[in-house]
Amino acid sequence: MDTKILMDQILGGIGYLLLAPVLGGLLAGFDRIVTARMQSRKGPPLFQPFYDLFKLCEKRGSVVNQFQNLYMLCFLIFIIITGLIFFTGGNLLLTIFALTVASVFLILGAFSTNSPYSTIGADRELLQMMAYEPMMLIAAMGMYLVTRSFNVRDIIADPFPLVYSLPFIFIGFVFILTIKLRKSPFDLSSSHHGHQEIVKGITTEFSGPALALFEIAHWYENILLLGFVYLFFAAFNPVVAVFLTIATYIFEIFIDNACARLTWRFTVKSSWLVAGVLGGVNLLAAAYLLL
Amino acid sequence: MSFITKSPWILHYDGSSCNGCDIEILACLTPLYDIERFGIINTGNPKHADVFLITGAINEQNEPVVKNLYAQMPDPKVVVALGICATSGNFFRECYNIKGGVDKVLPVDVYVPGCAVRPEAIIDGIVQALGILEEKRAALKKLSSKSAA
Repeated sequence: MDTKILMDQILGGIGYLLLAPVLGGLLAGFDRIVTARMQSRKGPPLFQPFYDLFKLCEKRGSVVNQFQNLYMLCFLIFIIITGLIFFTGGNLLLTIFALTVASVFLILGAFSTNSPYSTIGADRELLQMMAYEPMMLIAAMGMYLVTRSFNVRDIIADPFPLVYSLPFIFIGFVFILTIKLRKSPFDLSSSHHGHQEIVKGITTEFSGPALALFEIAHWYENILLLGFVYLFFAAFNPVVAVFLTIATYIFEIFIDNACARLTWRFTVKSSWLVAGVLGGVNLLAAAYLLL
Repeated sequence: MSFITKSPWILHYDGSSCNGCDIEILACLTPLYDIERFGIINTGNPKHADVFLITGAINEQNEPVVKNLYAQMPDPKVVVALGICATSGNFFRECYNIKGGVDKVLPVDVYVPGCAVRPEAIIDGIVQALGILEEKRAALKKLSSKSAA
């Protein structure tokens, strides 16, 4: 039994390390095509994100601070560590805290450049973290209440679908997922290229290979977040669960295209309200029904 | 195999254009022309850009801005002068405040004349610029491998 768990851990870890950037890149390409179709355009090829990535590696980056690219590298490394904790079936709370550390490195990188746009982007990233952290922790608490474990391994093994026992927490999680996926209406810190309110926000001062690192980290992060969504459907047949996870992502793309950007005040207020009401009600109900 | 021709990101700067050419650039992004098909993205950040599109003539006030933007773009990069004003200064060239076309202050790689320049001409100009971008990339790679050796 122990060797089976070990094998699963090794497979999960290696699978994430190798497949997540590929799947994340394909997901980004799929995202761009779906977005283009929603705007009645044709859109770029599916492999466009990879062309962009390799192009960025061909460019000569410029730096304004000798540490900024090191911070970006740390961001990537900590995202990968976070994903490894999650996909080896590790502790959910540890995953959330490691994800926070990764974001802190990104913010430090942006602050270190001293550029006004970068600084505003970093400020907003901090506010976004403030907005989504409570809901993420509530999601982990809800999963613990139902499955009596913080370990991803045990949560997946639970026979009853979490989306049935935690429906409001799922809705709340999808709400903050928009922030984490950097999609409208909550793309405050770094939006798509087309929206140039604060130039490119947190990534303004990163160019060439350093920006490529950010892209890879973002792909790793997206796969990790979809893994989080998968937990809610894990008790279903795997094919159905993956389908529902992708459907959630397509819903996020739809929201992205249908909404304009909101202010940071609204972002923090609304996400705390959602966390408090939906998360709180669901936690109380789950606790009451299960005790 | 080079990827720079498959994902050219564009920086657009309005020198002293009447907005005619600028609207034609934006028309390229619409469903009719949809230049994102070729991986072209209109970015607002010089540090992420590969192709610098300038519309309108250069005057005393925007000269330092244009030079600054050009300096911030990472190599390899190309400059495209869009419209007759950016190409030569057009009939504004004799004005007291106008320096002339973009080539008075920056090394221009492709000239796309027209008043206003048509979206088809813009796409054609960018495609020609991509050929030059690829040459520059190859030259840069040669240079860096030489300096490493």
